[in-house]
Amino acid sequence: MDIHNFTPFSALAGGILIGLSAVFLLLSSGRIAGISGLVQGALINESIQKRGQCILFLGGLIGGALLYRMSPGAIPSITIEAPMMVLVIGGILTGFGTSLGSGCTSGHGICGLARKSTRSLVATIAFMTAGIATVYFLRHILGA
Amino acid sequence: MLRSICILFSGLVFGLGLCISQMVNPVKVLGFLDIAGKWDPSLAFVMIGALLAATPGFFFVLKRHAPMFANNFPTLNESDIDSRLIIGGLIFGCGWGLVGLCPGPAIASIAYGLPSSLIFVAALVAGVSLANSFTRALRKF
Repeated sequence: MDIHNFTPFSALAGGILIGLSAVFLLLSSGRIAGISGLVQGALINESIQKRGQCILFLGGLIGGALLYRMSPGAIPSITIEAPMMVLVIGGILTGFGTSLGSGCTSGHGICGLARKSTRSLVATIAFMTAGIATVYFLRHILGA
Repeated sequence: MLRSICILFSGLVFGLGLCISQMVNPVKVLGFLDIAGKWDPSLAFVMIGALLAATPGFFFVLKRHAPMFANNFPTLNESDIDSRLIIGGLIFGCGWGLVGLCPGPAIASIAYGLPSSLIFVAALVAGVSLANSFTRALRKF
């Protein structure tokens, strides 16, 4: 196995913050920190109040990323390599799939697994497998 | 008011965590998913860190009768492992593998001001709406 760009400590530290955030959100407001669910909640059919809560959290997400970018020693940029067409298709699949499957990396992968939910374990295995298969297909079969 | 502050604070910490861990960076995510190539196992540690904090945290929080600033905890679907769950997960995984952004990092990535992330978020929102219409249509049968 060929290991590259391994950054276990920052990954672990960031992961702990994500986990603590999810715990604090549940403790304070009784909401699950599943981002796809919050996006859905911000878009449709909940009460104005609940919709506001979703928007507030998502705004905080962007604010947290801005805070990070302004702090000393931050990695200043990210790299999105996908071309326009792939971005659109990837975005639609991500939105559609997470809605249909009621959760994403945070909702199933973190909050669900933390509650030892079998449903979330099944969902996590499904999206991990599909993600790995897609990258394998793109990089090692298509050679993109 | 207090609840709103707590929600905003949770969002800020979550966004910070996504950036510190570099989960927000698609190159890192795709490196993690590329187990047959130049594999970058970092993101497994994001998951481990998050679960180390959230597993005991959820355990104790859910022992309470209610959250601090809300009437009750959400009722969650515990049992149904149906085709929607699995097909949804598989479709999401394909999108994730194509670009390297899942919903949380996609929203947080807006802070980096790249047109690509705005296009992705717009498509994500379209996908969510599409799924809602699709589920409504399914219910009619």
